[in-house]
Amino acid sequence: MSPEKGKLLAETDAGGLNFEATELTLGWPGESRVTSDGVAKLGSKRGFSETVDLSLGDNKDSNKLGQFQINVPVPEAAKSPVSKAQVVGWPPVRVYPKRGTKSCKYVKVAVDGAPYLRKVDLEMYNSYQQLLTSLEDMFSCFTIRNYLNDKKRERVNGIEYVPTYEDKDGDWMLVGDVPWQMFVESCKRIRLMKSSEAIGLAPTTPTKCSSTSQIKKSCT
Amino acid sequence: MQKKTTYSFPDEVLEHVCSFIQSDKDRNSVSMVCKSWYEVERWCRRKVFVGNCYAISPRMVIRRFPEIRSIELKGKPHFADFNLVPDGWGGYVLPWIVEMAEAYPWLEEIRLKRMVVTDESLELVAKSFKNLEVLVLFSCEGFSTDGLAAIAGSCKNLRELDLRDSEVDDLSGHWLNHFPETYSSLVSLNISCLGSDEVSFSALECLVGRCPNLRSLLLNREVPLDKISNILRRAPQLVEFGTGIYAAELHPDVFSNLAGAFSSCKELRSLSGFWDAVPAYIPAIYSVCSGLTSLNLSYATIQNPDLTKLVSHCPSLQRLLVLDYIEDNGLEALASSCKGLQELRVFPSDPFGAEPNVSLTERGLVAVSLGCPKLQSVLYFCRQMSNAALVTIAQNRPNLTRFRLCIIDPKMADYQTLKPLDVGFGAIVEHCKDLRRLSLSGLLTDRVFEFIGRYAKKLEMLSLAFAGETDMGLHHVLSGCESLQKLEIMDCPFGDKALLENAAKLETMRSLWMSSCLVSLGACKTLGQKMPRLNVEVIDEKGPPDSRPESHPVAKLYIYRSVAGPRLDMPPFVWTMNEDSV
Repeated sequence: MSPEKGKLLAETDAGGLNFEATELTLGWPGESRVTSDGVAKLGSKRGFSETVDLSLGDNKDSNKLGQFQINVPVPEAAKSPVSKAQVVGWPPVRVYPKRGTKSCKYVKVAVDGAPYLRKVDLEMYNSYQQLLTSLEDMFSCFTIRNYLNDKKRERVNGIEYVPTYEDKDGDWMLVGDVPWQMFVESCKRIRLMKSSEAIGLAPTTPTKCSSTSQIKKSCT
Repeated sequence: MQKKTTYSFPDEVLEHVCSFIQSDKDRNSVSMVCKSWYEVERWCRRKVFVGNCYAISPRMVIRRFPEIRSIELKGKPHFADFNLVPDGWGGYVLPWIVEMAEAYPWLEEIRLKRMVVTDESLELVAKSFKNLEVLVLFSCEGFSTDGLAAIAGSCKNLRELDLRDSEVDDLSGHWLNHFPETYSSLVSLNISCLGSDEVSFSALECLVGRCPNLRSLLLNREVPLDKISNILRRAPQLVEFGTGIYAAELHPDVFSNLAGAFSSCKELRSLSGFWDAVPAYIPAIYSVCSGLTSLNLSYATIQNPDLTKLVSHCPSLQRLLVLDYIEDNGLEALASSCKGLQELRVFPSDPFGAEPNVSLTERGLVAVSLGCPKLQSVLYFCRQMSNAALVTIAQNRPNLTRFRLCIIDPKMADYQTLKPLDVGFGAIVEHCKDLRRLSLSGLLTDRVFEFIGRYAKKLEMLSLAFAGETDMGLHHVLSGCESLQKLEIMDCPFGDKALLENAAKLETMRSLWMSSCLVSLGACKTLGQKMPRLNVEVIDEKGPPDSRPESHPVAKLYIYRSVAGPRLDMPPFVWTMNEDSV
């Protein structure tokens, strides 16, 4: 076995199984990583103009990233360069701010109706688009609505959810309302609220989408 | 045929003898002698340890042991510490609390590890167990300071409250005020995990001041350096102390207060905390260093020469936790000053960096293995290793019982010979005959598992990542390691064959975790269906595993023995492979 540094198992494995497809990784670019809708700019401005395709209900093709990855394109500055892919669970260190490592910004993500919480590290993302894409992956049973895109959406599977967050002052805001960096600094926790309940959180920019589909969750 | 007269052993005598038998293993042996011994033993057992909360139901425990005073429960698998277990997986303590509230009103001790503890659970604990003396929540989550307030307000006999490494939702620092004015029995308090605004200093000082038996106090990062002196002066009897943030602008007054306060603590044997420590304030602890047996600097950002200097001041050290800032030189100094060292943990300061940021290699560990004859327990993160070094370590320290080596780059070969590290780890298991825990890393073929299966007869826990080549590797471990209890594997090419051939072995173990391996869905189903006393759980966050072919490898697999059947609280991303549900 060749002593190559940093190669993940998948690439040398015999057995012919498409192993990479089952890998959940925090991917820095390099090797065979596939990026999604292009690299987002650092510190993106208010809102985001591209449509975030949030068709989650169908598990078979919801994986539009091609691999099961939370992709993190390298920002121009700030982070120390990592030349190889990071694997979840390796090295085996506890990942919240301990052991002298750089502090990360972990926030809890709750979804109305789900009995469990997830955590995301906001510092792993550079834009709302990346964050929402990642949330999509995590909660692939649910449909997250991008409220800034007011296309009417017919959903075969799943109920629509609106991403909201609680800021430092304890107010609940719509995700996307403030510039990304400001969001990262002020966000305490995220809640994916059912569309029907998010009425009081009208965005200051354009239209509220009034369509919601109340159909059962796809994944149970 | 002659009739023999048997004289029966009076139950009271057996019960009395039993009361001196504390070890669970011995108690289990006693209970298996005969039915009457089983009965006597179960009525006089006071302490029970449940290593996997899903291995048995609360009701079964209560039915067998009606007079328990102390319980310890563990929930999530160990790899949950490294984010491999999604949130919401399980490990809820509430069902246990509900049953025990009714069955064990005299419960005195509750110890939980990696469990989800809600405020509701804590409130129920506070209401139900008036005699509660010990509450340990180790790496738990799901509760807030409201739950703590309930405990503080109701548990008049509380001696020990230990929240180490738990995730607590911050709501208010005033939970400490809920300890009544009359409450003074605190012996041990560990709140090191609490975030900001979760501790009211005045309440803390007041509490510390009125508890004369306080021996152990571990504060959280948010307690500023200038508050430490006040607290120490109120508790000069402390044996174990954890500071908060150990940094501030250098003020001579603050320094001299601090130094004076430390020197008044004549019993101090263990120090920790030291978040973001600055060298300027380190000398404040010099007066206690000679007596220190335990030092945890894993949050301290000080580097050499200050770090080495500090460690060299502590000749009585038995336990040292430190960042790799200590470097090889510092470890060599440690090896010559701390001859009583038993446990060493060296953590990486920059685990995700591409390049080494410190000069810490195998040299440091070799030096400690040579210089510290009592060294038993090692956890070491580094970036290079050689077979020669491992062989030396093994020969120097056959008394090792825990050896966890993490070479940060996966599949790193011996940096000198470019060969796999099979021989090195082989030497470890061959020489260290009492080895109970082992974590491997680096480039490893099936050969290392041959060694492990052959020699590691006392091994109870094995952790693997990026190791091995074929199923033979796993087979060697499962067929050879007689004492194996916990096996956790990530990213290894182990598949169906070894698992199915050694299915029976799994019933003799507590649990097996495999993630990013090659075990197919079909094999999981077979295992689940054929082995009713094993819970075979597939974790897949992408959707039902059935939506993929049976030959497809599962993402994550957790198998554990259980007499309680498949669990009823699985979240949407956990699927059981047991008969009824498939």
